[in-house]
Amino acid sequence: MRRGVAGKALRRALAAVFAAIAPFAAEAEPKARSAREFLSLELAAEQADETLNRGMLWVELGERLWKDGSVPSGRSCASCHGQPGGMRGVATRYPAINRETGALVNIEGRINGCRVQHQSLPALAYESEELLALTALVAHQSKGMIMSVAVDGAARGFLEQGRAVYESRQGQLNIACSQCHEQNVGRKLRGDVISSGLGVGYPAYRLTWQGLGSLHRRLKACQQGVRAAEFEPGSTEHLSLELFLAWRARGIPIETPGIRR
Amino acid sequence: MRLRRIVMPEIARAGEVIEIRTVILHPMITGHTAAGAGVSGRRIVHTFHVHYDGAEVFRAELGPGIAANPLLTFTTVATRTGDVVFTWMDDTGETAVETRLLTVAPA
Repeated sequence: MRRGVAGKALRRALAAVFAAIAPFAAEAEPKARSAREFLSLELAAEQADETLNRGMLWVELGERLWKDGSVPSGRSCASCHGQPGGMRGVATRYPAINRETGALVNIEGRINGCRVQHQSLPALAYESEELLALTALVAHQSKGMIMSVAVDGAARGFLEQGRAVYESRQGQLNIACSQCHEQNVGRKLRGDVISSGLGVGYPAYRLTWQGLGSLHRRLKACQQGVRAAEFEPGSTEHLSLELFLAWRARGIPIETPGIRR
Repeated sequence: MRLRRIVMPEIARAGEVIEIRTVILHPMITGHTAAGAGVSGRRIVHTFHVHYDGAEVFRAELGPGIAANPLLTFTTVATRTGDVVFTWMDDTGETAVETRLLTVAPA
């Protein structure tokens, strides 16, 4: 009987200790936060108000291109997909594995795949205004929906490749993505605050660029910052890293078009 | 044609103060970059003006220090139903004009 009472007391004491530790345990592994949370109030307001958000100009341009059937095949995006609203939820699942080729594709890659295969048009150059506009249009349809990329099956390998890029030191400064975007989130780097490095606002209107740019362009900017050899936009390294970032952003809502500094 | 956007109410009451937001997609090239050194390479929107009810209600003279895609917000007082005419002029002589009808109901 004594043991039983003592056991109960011990369990109660342990429960109290765990309850006291729990908040610290949660702090030890902070939840990744969107870069929006590190913006000034003015910029956050500019992003939230679609009549002020200049990224919406590209979304508007994307709407025009979506309907544009003045191509030799006579087929516009709308001919197959209907209204852009039909793309709702798509961006939460990208990058994804193309079932036919087994390759990892992001939204840009998917749009170009459509152009080549179904519209008999040449692929758009990465970072071209047209590709940015269409990507922004598609991603914008999922605004407010949470990221949930698939990382099973063939995607698993790409995820691990992306994780390896994220955790490997790069460049003359010999810094890994994780050293800033995990270990120093919220601290200052030059004039800005280090974010968790999620891609949920992209393509985003970045003030430095004075225009819209893709996530890959943003990743290149980080590589320039640490003086590393830059990946080609749309390369497997970039796509794997994009998948890994999308996986890190699971549960976080899409903001496209985001406003970033 | 350069993409531009105007956000303003379509209907207002006489005497009401209305807010108008305008933005035009323009690179605002300063001409001071290494690639195109010299003022001759400058290509910016230098003037933006707005006419309503027979009068100029807003005017902005922009310099090379203004960022790309200038976003200008201003207010005016609704007087009577009529066109609000927005004009952007850039260094190459290109002019973009946009017109919006403002319907004014009696106060």
